[in-house]
Amino acid sequence: MRISFDAVIIGAGPSGLCAAKVLSNTGKKVLLLERDPFLGGQLLKQTHMFFGSKQQYAGIRGYEIANILIKDIKHENITILTDTIATGYYPEERVLLAFKQEKELIQIEFKQLIVATGASEKSLLFENNDLPGIFGAGAVQTLMNMYGVLPGMDIVMVGSGNIGLIVSYQLIQAGAKVNCIIDAAKNIGGYFVHAAKIRRLGVPILMQHTIHKAIGRSTIEAVEIAPVDDQWNKIPEKSFRRDCDVLCLAVGLGPMTEILWQMGCQMSYVPELGGSVPIRKTSLETTVPGVFVAGDAAGVEEASSAMLEGMIAGMYAAKNLGIAEDVFQKEWLNSESYLKELRHGPVGEKIRKGIEKVEA
Amino acid sequence: MFQRCGYLSDEELSSVFPDMDRLQSGPVAIIECIQEIPCNPCQDACPRDAIGPFIRMTDNPVINFEKCNGCGLCIGSCPGLAIFVLHLCYGQDTSMIKIPYEMLPVPCPEQSVSLLDRSGQVIGRGIVKKIQSLKHNPKTHIIWIEIPRELYKKARNIKVDNNE
Repeated sequence: MRISFDAVIIGAGPSGLCAAKVLSNTGKKVLLLERDPFLGGQLLKQTHMFFGSKQQYAGIRGYEIANILIKDIKHENITILTDTIATGYYPEERVLLAFKQEKELIQIEFKQLIVATGASEKSLLFENNDLPGIFGAGAVQTLMNMYGVLPGMDIVMVGSGNIGLIVSYQLIQAGAKVNCIIDAAKNIGGYFVHAAKIRRLGVPILMQHTIHKAIGRSTIEAVEIAPVDDQWNKIPEKSFRRDCDVLCLAVGLGPMTEILWQMGCQMSYVPELGGSVPIRKTSLETTVPGVFVAGDAAGVEEASSAMLEGMIAGMYAAKNLGIAEDVFQKEWLNSESYLKELRHGPVGEKIRKGIEKVEA
Repeated sequence: MFQRCGYLSDEELSSVFPDMDRLQSGPVAIIECIQEIPCNPCQDACPRDAIGPFIRMTDNPVINFEKCNGCGLCIGSCPGLAIFVLHLCYGQDTSMIKIPYEMLPVPCPEQSVSLLDRSGQVIGRGIVKKIQSLKHNPKTHIIWIEIPRELYKKARNIKVDNNE
C-alpha cells in the first residue's frame, strides 16, 4: 500500500506530539507514526512535576502533560498510526517504509518529514553485565510506571544524572529500597533539588565510584563497587560488595538517528549531545530539504526542550508547505526564545556548546 | 559542596535562611534552591508576590521574607520539592515545619513520626499536625509536623513507621 501526506512525523513523544499539535492546525494532511501502542513516549513514565515555566507545563507531572498534548491535537486533521515502525527510506522515490501493526509494509510519500525518534539507553562495560536483573533505568520506569511491575526490592543505581535520581525516587515510592547511587564523576550530574530529595530519604550518593563487576549465578545477587581516581581509573583493590537484586544503569542516552543517516543527512558526532546528530538550521531543518529533527534525536536534552523543538520544527515544516505565520498561536511563535531561556545558565552550558557545533 | 553530597552545608543554607527576628515573628517559607536551573513556578504560586521576580528563568528564587506569611502554597508547586515553611515559635519549646511529602503511607494527624535531616539520618521524633494538598496537585502532600525547637534547622523529612 502506498499513502501520501503533506507532513509525516515519526515518533509521538513530547516533541512529536508538539509538532503534531502545530501541524494539525494547518489543515494539511498529516501522519503521525508511533512505534508503541500508545502516544506520549517517555512522558507517560514521568510521574514527577516538570521544571521550566508555565508555558512548558511547569509543575505538572509528565504523564499529565502527555494527556494534555494528546487532547490538544486536532484529531480530525491527522492520521495516527500506533504500533507502526518507520523502518527505511528510499531516496529514489522519496518514500518512507513503515511496518504497520505487525501486519503490513506501507510506503509513505511525504513533502515534509519531522524525525522525533527520541533516544536509546547507553550501557556500561563490566564483568557479568549481561546477568538478568541488570536493567536500564528506562526499562525500570517502563516496567514500574507503565505496567505496575516492580523489578526488584533492593536496588543499586548507577548514574547521578536526573534520570538516575528520579528513577531512584520512584523506586522508593513504589516500595523498593535503593541501596545507593554511584557515579564515576566528581559532581552529581542531575539537578541538586532532585539529589536533595533522595538524600533526605537516606540514600547515599557515592561519587567517584563505579561498578567493578556483577555477581550472581542465574540472576544478579550483588555488585562489587570500586572507587575511581581523579583520572577516572578504577581502583579494584579497594572495591567492596553490596547485595542487590536489581542493578539499574542510568548512564546516559544516545540519539536514535538511523533514519536520518539513511536519508543522507549530514551528521556530526557531538559528545555534548550524546552521540551523532544531524547538522541543522535553527529551524531544525537538516541538510536534506524538508527533513526536520526534533527532541532527543537532535541531541539528548530533556522533555521541556523537546516539546519546544517539536513546536519549532512543526512551524517551519508548515511554512515550507506554504502556511502563513498568522495561523500559529502567539505562544508557539515564542518557542525559540523559550528554548533559549531553558538553556541559559550553568546547567545549560553543555547543551549550548553542543548546539553551537551543529547549527549551520 | 552540595554538588558532591546532595545536601546544603550550613554555610550554603545561611544564604537562603531568614534571620532570627523574622523567624520569631511567625511562619515563613524557606526555599532551599541554590542551583541556577530553568524553573520558576514558585513565583506564580505565591498569592502575595513574595517570590521573585525572575529576570531569567534560571535565576535563583529570591523570597521577600517581609511579604511572606508562610501560607505554604508554594510548597506543592515546587517541582524540586525544595520549599519548606518554618514556624519557629509554634509551641512552648516546639517549632512547626511544613514539608512536601510524596511517599506512602501518608501519616495521620497526631501520629508520631521519625524526623530525618537532609542526609536522611534519624534525628528525633515529631507529631504530625495536619495534612494538606493543593487542588491542582493532590499527589504532593503538605505535612505539618511539630518538632522539638532545637531541630528547626535540621529536620526536613519524616519516616512513617508501618507498625505505628
